[in-house]
Amino acid sequence: MAGLALFALLVAAALLAPLISPQNPYDLAQIDVLDSKLPPGSLGGAGRHFWLGTDDQGRDMLSAIFYGLRISLFVGIVSTVCALAIGMAAGLLAAYAGGRTETLVMRVVDIQLSFPAILIALILIAVLGQGVGKVIAALVTVQWAYYARTVRGVALVERRREYIEAARCLALSPARIVFRHLLPNCLPPLIVVATVQVAAAIALEATLSFLGLGLPITEPSLGLLIANGYQYLLSGKYWISFFPGIALLLTIVSINLVADQLRDVLNPRLAR
Amino acid sequence: MNVVLDVRDLCTAFATRAGVVRAVDHVSLTVHAGEVLGLVGESGSGKSMTGYSIMGLVEPPGRVVGGSIVLDGREITSLSPGEMRALRGNRVAMIFQDPMMTLNPVLRIDTQMVEAVQAHDDVSHAIARDRARDALARVGIPSPDERLNAYPHQFSGGMRQRVAIAIALLNRPDLIIADEPTTALDVTIQGQILYEMQTLAQESGTALIWITHDLSVVAGLADRVAVMYAGRIVEEGGTADIIERPAHPYTRGLIDSVPSRNRRGERLRQIPGMTPALTALPEGCAFQDRCNRATAACAVAPPMTVARPPYEAQRVRCHHPLPDPTA
Amino acid sequence: MLVYLIRRSLQSVVVLLAMSLLVFVGVYAVGNPIDILINPQADQQDRERSIAALGLDKPLWLQYALFLKGALTGDLGNSFVQGTPALGLILERMPATLELAVVAMLIAIVLGIPLGLWAGMKPDSLSGRSIMAGSILGFSLPTFWVGLMLIMVFSVMLGWLPSNGRGETRLLFGVPVSFLTVDGWRHLIMPATNLALFNLALMIRLTRAGTREALLQDYVKFARAKGLSNARVIGVHVLRNILIPIVTVIGLQFGSLIAFAIVTESVFAWPGMGKLLIDSINFLDRPVIVAYLLVIVTLFIVINLVVDVLYSALDPRVRLADAKG
Repeated sequence: MAGLALFALLVAAALLAPLISPQNPYDLAQIDVLDSKLPPGSLGGAGRHFWLGTDDQGRDMLSAIFYGLRISLFVGIVSTVCALAIGMAAGLLAAYAGGRTETLVMRVVDIQLSFPAILIALILIAVLGQGVGKVIAALVTVQWAYYARTVRGVALVERRREYIEAARCLALSPARIVFRHLLPNCLPPLIVVATVQVAAAIALEATLSFLGLGLPITEPSLGLLIANGYQYLLSGKYWISFFPGIALLLTIVSINLVADQLRDVLNPRLAR
Repeated sequence: MNVVLDVRDLCTAFATRAGVVRAVDHVSLTVHAGEVLGLVGESGSGKSMTGYSIMGLVEPPGRVVGGSIVLDGREITSLSPGEMRALRGNRVAMIFQDPMMTLNPVLRIDTQMVEAVQAHDDVSHAIARDRARDALARVGIPSPDERLNAYPHQFSGGMRQRVAIAIALLNRPDLIIADEPTTALDVTIQGQILYEMQTLAQESGTALIWITHDLSVVAGLADRVAVMYAGRIVEEGGTADIIERPAHPYTRGLIDSVPSRNRRGERLRQIPGMTPALTALPEGCAFQDRCNRATAACAVAPPMTVARPPYEAQRVRCHHPLPDPTA
Repeated sequence: MLVYLIRRSLQSVVVLLAMSLLVFVGVYAVGNPIDILINPQADQQDRERSIAALGLDKPLWLQYALFLKGALTGDLGNSFVQGTPALGLILERMPATLELAVVAMLIAIVLGIPLGLWAGMKPDSLSGRSIMAGSILGFSLPTFWVGLMLIMVFSVMLGWLPSNGRGETRLLFGVPVSFLTVDGWRHLIMPATNLALFNLALMIRLTRAGTREALLQDYVKFARAKGLSNARVIGVHVLRNILIPIVTVIGLQFGSLIAFAIVTESVFAWPGMGKLLIDSINFLDRPVIVAYLLVIVTLFIVINLVVDVLYSALDPRVRLADAKG
């Protein structure tokens, strides 16, 4: 429950960022370079407190984190949903079609999963170039195989069940069997995998952005904020990297906690 | 005959969510040298747990909470874990039910046998290995020298159980506790192992506690039989007495539910109802809900008494023991 | 065993061929090979000469054959930035990465297995729960951020350890290594710990789960019934059984360690091939990227082969299955 509450809080902060942020960190009229690199709790030139300090441009870190959270969550969730759709389709196709189609799809999945996600994402970025769309494309490519494997695994088990036999005997259309019978049974494990993957996607995007190969400067996610503070870390100005990192950590931990909870709730062995 | 094992009022309890459960409830047993005691009961009756208690192998949340266990004249319930370890596999050994599971699949037979010798005797690897080979030969494993280098998966089920028996025999224990060692085996192999165990016990004077749910196994093997129900011993006596003249209605039920050639075509009788959960035992006699002889008196737990005085060898825990059918 | 090795090696060659085809298609056919392979700073004349020299005017299958031929002789093109062979650049940087990955893996193993055993033996104790909580944190913490925090604490605040570089190296079989000097260790320990973190958490979880399962098995009870000491039961009977999945995972994770070293090397400015890859991506030095990719794929295949051999050495049941097949 703590995980869910924390996650809800973070999502709320991300959604309401423009309303709750002390300033709009990307409105040049609102920031003052004279306020740059102030430690947490400082009083800025305009008589405003910077509770988490400011970055090199004089931006309020708290506001930057709210906006960064928005971008991180957006990229993580959108890429997961896309990957889920593609992976589910591929997995169902493999399980339903069987034969060569299945072998081909699963072989691609196996090969892809044998390489670390970060490597594949980096190579894709290297070939595609940078940008929000391209990062999302890379994250989708990295993720889809997990869903394909999960769906196929569950669908293979379900395929042998009697009710599928019965549905086939009734000469129901393949689409009906797949969407009305196979899919609902695949959903519980998929939801758990997808939840974990949202966290993984957010972490991966942050890593790519930190390496300077993720989102562009105009879309500063948490990873980019951390990277931005990296150069000031050695001179002891920890807060520029530290606080966005904490926000990233809380996001990942809360999502993982929610996933753990979902696993317990949705575990068919416990529920049935 | 000297007493090898004397168990008095042994109690082993488990802390569960539903409260404390007594898996073994005031069990008393005596085993003499060279004697075979059959410990009979359904699964969950506490017979295996009695064996583990004697071995000092009860694992948390279980614990021996009362009673005494005297092995070779020495009280062992108060021994330190180290002293208990020195006894295990040395003075008292145990054989388990499933030979497919008891040998470690990734260690060679010689490793598993040599370590059992060296755990108790400060001897060289070569000597320990020689003893292991002799033990294998004694249980009828052909070309024991080569087989020592094999892995468990290279043996059949029966052969694996022989290896387990050989390991139990390694340090010439005074007592072997055999927990259903033939249940998982083919019937033909079962017979061979039973016969061999009996011979080995007789030759070496080792006492044997044979734990089983199968009265027919015990009938041909044991000198004496103790019947357990819901953690308690409900009847004990000489094997012939128990089989031919059972005094406890539960023992009668067990005997009647064994298929037999003599009663072919007859309908097998079964004990009505189910083994009660240890968390929900009735007050008094644990068997009363399934017993056709039960009366109001059964709400008070019956003590262990001589079944049919003045004949003292057969004792029963029942307010309404059965009459002697042969009398 | 020999038959098995030969068969596995043949399989590896097939996988390598398939991967080389993928790389070829990815770099030469899907992207614009002229942009990828020819320095964008070159003038028109240079470009045309290069197109002819690279054989880009030839049919696709012939190009692939030439690419393969080049790859087999170790020629994966020259770096645009350095002008030297790309493969040489990668190989030059490889020891630093391998050293980092090996030390990280050793840290994960040496700490993770005992901690996992302990947590598996005492799952309900405070220490067991703390170890598990720590491992969950290890999974959740983003590697690069932990690296930054390590630098913040140990380099900036405490001033104990240097924040970047390899330190003093010494030659071992002609390869420079850090672990033979004190200064080298001072530089090595922080990035290696950082890289180890995820695998440490993984080792703990794996060992704990395996221990808990093994402790319920009859063979553990039987081993105790033989009167073996607790140390022998845990150290031999339990450990030998859980070692099988652990070795598999160690092998598979070693590959991902090398990949994740990209991040750690960037944080600690560790001069390995991961850092080279990031620099090459930033400079659009495509031949180096291609070379890195092929080297990594080869490494992965070699690692998988080693894991399989080790696996069959550890599990006698696998050996038998092989002898029959």
